[in-house]
Amino acid sequence: MRNLARPLLFAFIALIISVILSIAVGSVDISPKDMLSVIWNTLQGIEGSTQLASTYQTILLTLRLPRTILMIMTGAALAGSGCAYQGLFRNPLADPYLIGAASGAGLGAILSLSIQWPASSFSYLFVPMTAFIGALLTVFIVFQLAKVGTTLPVTNLILAGVAVSSFATALTSLLLVNASGELRRALVWLLGGSTMAGWKPVISQLPYALIGLIGLSVLAYKLNVLQFGDEQAVQLGINVNRTRTMIVIFATLSTAAAVAFTGVIGFVGLIVPHILRRITGGDMRRLLPFSMIGGALFLLLADIIARVLIAPQELPVGIITSLCGAPFFLFILRRSKGKDW
Amino acid sequence: MLLRVSIEKAGYSSSATIHSIQFELSEGQLLAVIGPNGSGKTTLVRAISQVLPFIDAQIHINGTNLMQTNETERSRLIAVVPQSTFVPPHFLVEEVVLMGRAPYMNWSGRAKQDDLDRARKAMGQTDVEKFRYCVCGELSAGERQRVILARALAQDTPVLLMDEPTSHLDLRHQIEFLELTRSLCQKGGKTVLVAMHDLNLAARFGDVFLAMKYGTTDAFGNAQDVLLPEKLSEIYGLAVKVIKLVDGGRTVVIPQ
Repeated sequence: MRNLARPLLFAFIALIISVILSIAVGSVDISPKDMLSVIWNTLQGIEGSTQLASTYQTILLTLRLPRTILMIMTGAALAGSGCAYQGLFRNPLADPYLIGAASGAGLGAILSLSIQWPASSFSYLFVPMTAFIGALLTVFIVFQLAKVGTTLPVTNLILAGVAVSSFATALTSLLLVNASGELRRALVWLLGGSTMAGWKPVISQLPYALIGLIGLSVLAYKLNVLQFGDEQAVQLGINVNRTRTMIVIFATLSTAAAVAFTGVIGFVGLIVPHILRRITGGDMRRLLPFSMIGGALFLLLADIIARVLIAPQELPVGIITSLCGAPFFLFILRRSKGKDW
Repeated sequence: MLLRVSIEKAGYSSSATIHSIQFELSEGQLLAVIGPNGSGKTTLVRAISQVLPFIDAQIHINGTNLMQTNETERSRLIAVVPQSTFVPPHFLVEEVVLMGRAPYMNWSGRAKQDDLDRARKAMGQTDVEKFRYCVCGELSAGERQRVILARALAQDTPVLLMDEPTSHLDLRHQIEFLELTRSLCQKGGKTVLVAMHDLNLAARFGDVFLAMKYGTTDAFGNAQDVLLPEKLSEIYGLAVKVIKLVDGGRTVVIPQ
């Protein structure tokens, strides 16, 4: 059996270091000593004693910490759903963007953002929900278009995915052009910037991401058996249609949770599972959790870079993931020479 | 009768590919299904394992009507070695063989000691134990075929269906594979259906024979009834000679 204790330990240590970095780095750098004292004070329920300490406390607790958690959840959700889509379609190119789920989620999210809700807290709750509905609708349309009889050829799926995805993106852009006042913010959202600060997005995202990722983890073994193709999976006792529908729903939930608050962040769902498969092998029971940790780590690091590169201004994190992701992915692709699937 | 098959019609759409096939096999029998390309051998295997979109048939195993079972119940009765040897390349051989235990596992797919023992035994039987920790993508087609056979054996079913299982195997492994199959029938009491092209292997290992043509039964019975030169010449559209070797009385089919 593959020994994964060491990679797992390494991933956890890297994740912890990134979390500390993510909290420390930004337009105001907070030293580890100050960070510890803020955490200590907060745990004891003490308000910052000095002016500076109370500012640090505010930055840490209302800005950096929720953002860090948001990035971890988003990265895990993107890589987890990407891993599930790749397994489901037995294609290393399948990811939330390629089959249209992400664009549909984006359209849904923008729709609910462009509506003037009576109370602002409502909009936060509705964003992931409309994103989920949008994503599910898109995936359903793509499925219907790609289906031939009872089979689902991968080429059809990707063609339909690209077409429907472009359509949804065009609709999203149309809505953005009309949303005059919020244009700048929406544009940043589209480029994959986490512009919504505070705990509200974290709390609204959490249930969707958790249900999606836990659901996928429970189905991991059946996803293994599905790797043999529909016919052999049936002969090994799997109810293929039901299993596949459930995996699509859970993966789409995760995608929607990720897209709703951070916008379009490419390449995480594509490259993270792709690279980690070399370490963990094909068993989804190991690849899925590893992808989640890996995705969280990758996005968190990208976010830190996005914050320091042109400080005090911030880059949208989606730019960083694509700038790092695309060349790295091409490098891997070239080295593997199509040995993968 | 252990396996009772009565197929009215079956195929990929309502215009059936195979029709009017009836036969019964008892415990420990090895049925060799022969016939030219496109005669419906693969469709027959698919019909019995219920993976065709259109099936009008009555299939019973030990009195259980297969049409009224779900996938899991069915996979405990029938194991299939399909013609395609596709195996997901990132899995280890042992992981693949353990998937033969999937019908007996819960959602987590955690292997119990019994599952591990059966998988190990199956790997020993098909001579793939040395590849146990190899990645499937690195195996040859014949090795993959033996891995899939090990998976089917680990499935521990009374009925085993095989579609051209020896097509990628070398001479030694062909014979060993079919010897193993025969001992599974005779000692293990398995009922086996093998679709095959090689008539000499079929003649050597089959107990009963089903000759198919145009998607239906052309002849069913033992060697004296089916492996006749006139019959085979007619089925394959090619003159053949059937010779009984002096030593061992083995039957050999030679195209003229």
